[in-house]
Amino acid sequence: MAQTDTQRIYVFKRYERFWHWSQAALIFVLLITGFEIHGSFDNFGFRRAVGLHTLAAWTLVVLWAFTVFWHFTTGEWRQYTPTLKKVDAMIRYYAWGIFTGAPHPYRKTVQRKHNPLQRLAYLGLLTVVSPLIWGSGLLYLFYAYWKPSGLDRFLSLEAVATIHTAAAFMMLVFIIAHVYLTTTGHTPFAHIKSMITGWEELEHSETEGRKGA
Amino acid sequence: MSIHLPRVILQIGASLLVALAGHSAVGGTADHSKFDELEGPFASGEEVTKVCLKCHTEAARQVMATRHWVWEYVNPDTGQKLGKKTMVNSFCIGDRSNEAFCQACHIGYGWKDASFDFKAPDKVDCLACHNTGGYTKPHGLAGHPAYERTEYPPKSGKFLEPVDLASVAQHVGATSRETCGACHYYGGGGDGVKHGDLDSSLNKPSRKLDVHMAEDGANFSCSTCHRSDEHALAGSRIQMTAADPHGPALRGAEGVRNPSTCQSCHGDKPHRESWLHAERLNAHTDKLACQTCHIPEFARGGVATKMSWDWSTAGRLTPEGKPFQEKDAHGHVVYDSKKGSFTLGENVAPDYVWFNGKVTYTLQSDKIDPTKPVAINAFHGGPDDPNARIWPVKRFRGNQPYDVEHKTLLVPHTAVPDDSAYWYNFDWAKALAAGAQATGAPFSGKFDFVRSEMLWPITHMVAPKAQAVRCSQCHSAEGRLKGVGGVYVPGQSGSPILDRIGWLAALATLVAVLAHGAVRIFLSRK
Repeated sequence: MAQTDTQRIYVFKRYERFWHWSQAALIFVLLITGFEIHGSFDNFGFRRAVGLHTLAAWTLVVLWAFTVFWHFTTGEWRQYTPTLKKVDAMIRYYAWGIFTGAPHPYRKTVQRKHNPLQRLAYLGLLTVVSPLIWGSGLLYLFYAYWKPSGLDRFLSLEAVATIHTAAAFMMLVFIIAHVYLTTTGHTPFAHIKSMITGWEELEHSETEGRKGA
Repeated sequence: MSIHLPRVILQIGASLLVALAGHSAVGGTADHSKFDELEGPFASGEEVTKVCLKCHTEAARQVMATRHWVWEYVNPDTGQKLGKKTMVNSFCIGDRSNEAFCQACHIGYGWKDASFDFKAPDKVDCLACHNTGGYTKPHGLAGHPAYERTEYPPKSGKFLEPVDLASVAQHVGATSRETCGACHYYGGGGDGVKHGDLDSSLNKPSRKLDVHMAEDGANFSCSTCHRSDEHALAGSRIQMTAADPHGPALRGAEGVRNPSTCQSCHGDKPHRESWLHAERLNAHTDKLACQTCHIPEFARGGVATKMSWDWSTAGRLTPEGKPFQEKDAHGHVVYDSKKGSFTLGENVAPDYVWFNGKVTYTLQSDKIDPTKPVAINAFHGGPDDPNARIWPVKRFRGNQPYDVEHKTLLVPHTAVPDDSAYWYNFDWAKALAAGAQATGAPFSGKFDFVRSEMLWPITHMVAPKAQAVRCSQCHSAEGRLKGVGGVYVPGQSGSPILDRIGWLAALATLVAVLAHGAVRIFLSRK
């Protein structure tokens, strides 16, 4: 690969990478322990699964506190502004172009590191799945306080647990798709590599008109 | 089945211990061995009682107001007239016509039939509960101990040894596990038979068997929890406190609250948990009784409890016409010509039911439906009842006589040697007729056996916390609370439809991305 044909840009900053991978690990722990608590399989034993699940959840809460702070101070929250522009092109690319070697319809830049489909997916995750899973999860965790606070008049453990489980399935579906889509860079491991090193190598054609590196 | 030999030996042993120690085992300000009045000799229990009452002037009046004396009780919750005198069970079935035998466990002297004088103070048996050993009331003497060496049953070659009333009277003390247990361990005709959580292993329990009564632990007696007030004891299985959602009872609060509940000492939120668990165990108390987790199994002390009793097989005799017994590999009697067939259990995991403390009984006056098992008692309450909790129970199965025409349960006359008692004649028709006469029940002469079921609340034999029921023993697909209903149990409950949709969605996504990837690989190699 000729050096002149590729351009390296620094897409993912150190904190962002730390956030991503620790969040990934926590979500795996949450899925494994969560589905054990649900009764889908036996692994750690119910008691330990509950302890680990709760610990991972609180760790993720702390991680998110830092991450929200980071997003605001760096302005990175703008990465999630939704757009419908080029969504059709993205869909056509995944459905057809990717097989025929067509160029990626989206130019990744530091300011816009997510393609329009990614933006929509992440925004959906943030506005639909997250509230469901966190809302039901925290209610579930604090079941002991329903009665003293009067919440028990409006809630049933069955409803809360059902919503939590449904949201967990949505998360599982997201992760399967997400992991697969990491292989759709210009090489199968390009995206994963950039999430580890922060640097992404862009093919020459992709970098046309880039605004900065 | 006339006397319990181990019990006799045990009590003689206990009295020897007291004698060797040379003084009363009782703390307190009075050493009864120093009272001239108690030097005796006493010819009968009544003579001892008369002496007791000279100082303890109100004791007889107090005792006579209790259920231990009258064996009669109107349940204020249900209006049902209960008490040992009239209730029917699935074990020995009923008291009346068998008084001389059964009333060995009455705290009085001489109740052998309906003519017993419940108002005679000297008939109160102080020693039954306050002896510290050496006192036993054999079956057949209507509540008297043996005053002289007596052959019982007559011409049986078995002898009852006399008690030394003066010695027993000089060594009286507080009630103990042994005195309460002398009756309450042996209900249903033998050690551990009835309750499942009460048997002689509790006389000297290990900490593992009973964390409260352990000799090397808190060494509770029964009355530590079953507090008495003017001889009336708190805590009863026929009118229970199933839920007690309060903190520990303050001194003086015992008057309004049952002092025999776990919560009266521990409160309803006794678990100290890390912040990580967010009061999770304490939250369980809104659905579960303490006993549900803290008594993992009953009959844990090495004494088996009866789990079923089939009277219909009774009456098989040897070719010589003699009754016989059969034992299983553990030495437990599983067949007895007098009683029928049994099954027994040790270390039994309880069944679980919703229970609000209210119990109703099928009495002899109630019509039964012989096409299905008769519920001898019914535990009431359900998930929507704020006073109900999920309780551990021993579910006992019986098969017992009923009147085919009147559709009522029958009490057989069994235990008092005469010409109609079943144990001595093996003639159901005679035994049931005599029983019906004594109980004032109608008897058509036509009888059969009906399956029955009886529930026993499990509340003793509390294990140390490390031996409590583990989370996963309920929180799993086949967990203990399966079938109890009305409660969402994570790990067991859940929507099968949601699970199907969820796993299908995950699978479909996986198949889709794998297919997508496969096509990419295939085309890139062309």
